[in-house]
Amino acid sequence: MFGFEKKKNNEDTPNAPVVAQLSWGERLKKSLAKTRGQLGGLFHRAKIDEELLEDLESTLLMADCGIEATQWLLEELKSRVKKDRLETPTQLRSALIDLLQALLAPLERPLNIASHTPFIIMIAGVNGGGKTTSIGKLAKHFQKQGKKVLLAAGDTFRAAAREQLMVWGERNDVSVIAQESGDPAAVVFDAISAANARGIDVVLADTAGRLPTQLHLMEEIAKIKRVIQKAEPTGPHEVLLVLDANIGQNAVQQVKAFDKAVGVTGLIITKLDGTAKGGVLAAIARQCPKPVRYIGVGEGIDDLQAFRASEFVAALFEAHDTP
Amino acid sequence: MLDNLTQRLSRVVKNLRGQARLSEENITEMLREVRMALLEADVALPVVKDFIAKVKEKAVGQEVIGSLTPGQALIGVVHRELTELMGGQASGLNLATQPPAVILMSGLQGAGKTTTTAKLGKWLKERQKKKVLTVSCDVYRPAAIEQLKTVSAQAGIDFFPSSADQKPLDIAAAALDYAKRHYYDVLFVDTAGRLAIDAAMMAEIKALHAQFQPIESLFVVDAMLGQDAVNTAKAFNDALPLTGIVLTKLDGDARGGAALSVRQVTGKPLKFAGVGEKLNGLEEFHPERMASRILGMGDILGLVEEAQRGVDQDKAQAFAQKMKAGKGFDLNDYKEQIGQMRQMGGLSSMLEKLPAQFAQAAQQAGGAAGEKTIARIEGIINSMTPMERAKPELIKASRKRRIATGAGVQVQEVNRMLTQFEQMQKMMKQFSKGGMQKLMRGMKGMMPGMMR
Repeated sequence: MFGFEKKKNNEDTPNAPVVAQLSWGERLKKSLAKTRGQLGGLFHRAKIDEELLEDLESTLLMADCGIEATQWLLEELKSRVKKDRLETPTQLRSALIDLLQALLAPLERPLNIASHTPFIIMIAGVNGGGKTTSIGKLAKHFQKQGKKVLLAAGDTFRAAAREQLMVWGERNDVSVIAQESGDPAAVVFDAISAANARGIDVVLADTAGRLPTQLHLMEEIAKIKRVIQKAEPTGPHEVLLVLDANIGQNAVQQVKAFDKAVGVTGLIITKLDGTAKGGVLAAIARQCPKPVRYIGVGEGIDDLQAFRASEFVAALFEAHDTP
Repeated sequence: MLDNLTQRLSRVVKNLRGQARLSEENITEMLREVRMALLEADVALPVVKDFIAKVKEKAVGQEVIGSLTPGQALIGVVHRELTELMGGQASGLNLATQPPAVILMSGLQGAGKTTTTAKLGKWLKERQKKKVLTVSCDVYRPAAIEQLKTVSAQAGIDFFPSSADQKPLDIAAAALDYAKRHYYDVLFVDTAGRLAIDAAMMAEIKALHAQFQPIESLFVVDAMLGQDAVNTAKAFNDALPLTGIVLTKLDGDARGGAALSVRQVTGKPLKFAGVGEKLNGLEEFHPERMASRILGMGDILGLVEEAQRGVDQDKAQAFAQKMKAGKGFDLNDYKEQIGQMRQMGGLSSMLEKLPAQFAQAAQQAGGAAGEKTIARIEGIINSMTPMERAKPELIKASRKRRIATGAGVQVQEVNRMLTQFEQMQKMMKQFSKGGMQKLMRGMKGMMPGMMR
């Protein structure tokens, strides 16, 4: 089940405080520890009663599930309690696990980058969501698969965003296409031309962070997409929206707004390693389902991995299971 | 769009009309709606619970005055309570110390610390004529130092160079020394983003704080933050003696419940709010507006301010002059006005700022369609020559064909646009003659798509 316990050190971020090297599964579990702790405590009670359900509601709300998803989960659970004559909290627990599995499973659709060369990935998101950092991790991820990667520094707005990507590219031996200033669409166009010329497998196009309320910026990103289509009629092959797991219910709004502007085809959920989180996935599954391509639980380069619903739910519920 | 609290409550209280007092019984259900509204706005659950208890205490026994419904009366209590909770202590920065006054910035990754540092620096420099120095102790994220350098230059404040192979403590020590020797009033210490659960990083910022004893220690927090805001704020508050909170990204469409969570958990004042990426996008925190926003009651004051920001005063003046001078309203002016509307975030964002009932009415009138029509009109005007824009009467059949091709629309659409414009021109003429009433009558047809 946990297919990738590779040991890697954080060679790429030399200054990052060294964390004990754990397997991915364990790191994921550690990240979701708080939510799990709250969930676990609930089911040690003697019987299923109103109080238990109420506390479950609170727990789900506090994990950022949002009102809609929380109420849906509770209604479903209640109807199962009736239908399947569930009596013990343990049964309720497995019903909840099933329910979450079923809810999240449709989101598990790993990214296949073999469908086209070069495979053009456009990255979008709000300010400070972790776009540029995620691009670094993705580039490394594809590189390990033996792919040739090219980065396009499409964030021409934020101070030093270009430098951030270039520093990163230098350290990891990945070429970065950047311009002194100017139009992000032009940078991306250049990058695609370069990718065609150099026989690149994957192009990762960074864009500046923007809030969905800034309409002119949303128009700008739509333009970047159109320009990509001009350079490569089949592209972009993937439009990834980077979501910060710390964000509350606005995450749903963000998915909707970016989807409207550029047609989001996949999500990256970053910063899941805070304390009490993960519920936002349920909210997204209910209100605006999009494939979750990757989730990130830390600063290390390997802390970004493909999303697996079963693994995620297991991490929410099981404290010690052996891989 | 989420329902506005007023509407939700009005549904609940339909059967309560005519009751003169808020009582334990009649507010239970209403309070549940308030709870939902707060949760939807991302106020953390423990904070919501406390708050509801407090409101209940205050509300029970309150008389329902005059024409108010019990729902309105309760909203009054909720709103007042929210405002009070988030406001209180005086804001502004405390710089009353022997200079340089050190200001330490902390927060999660991507909260907006560096941008806020530059905004605050600019604010202090321009409003209080302070000599400001910034320094970055973020040796972790690539190009973080470079970013502060760039934004400092944009803000017109000085930057103390550091490099990624130095230790944060050494950097800050050198910067402080430099600031003292060059008589700076204020030194901003920008730090790396860190998670509250990262013990090593929290120890680092604690050490920074211990060494410099900053007079202000500001916690920068993203207004979009979810339930976890309480845990994060608590951890930072426990680790550092924070003196204030800066809320960022308030120009997004999040309801910003995190503001209340953080305020409640830390007990520290909300000092500033960051809006937009431009370095003048910093406001003093307005608790009553934030309360309206959390409750989904619209941010009319914000809309007014945005309008003032968006509209170029000089241009508006010039336009008024032109009208007075009796010169006609031409297509250039029309285009200008469309552009200004866009700068304010376009129709739909303006609609969103309105209280829900107005916004819905406007939506029904075709708000979204209006946006598209406006974009097309702009396209058509863009396809005209300057001459044609100044003298629309020149536009005859062959010009129309050319314009239509240029804008990628049918000739009919160009015709329609010109007719609309003519109506508008007529109206403007009436306006310059001083007939406000006539103007109102002529209003129909002014907003394409809106009145159809």
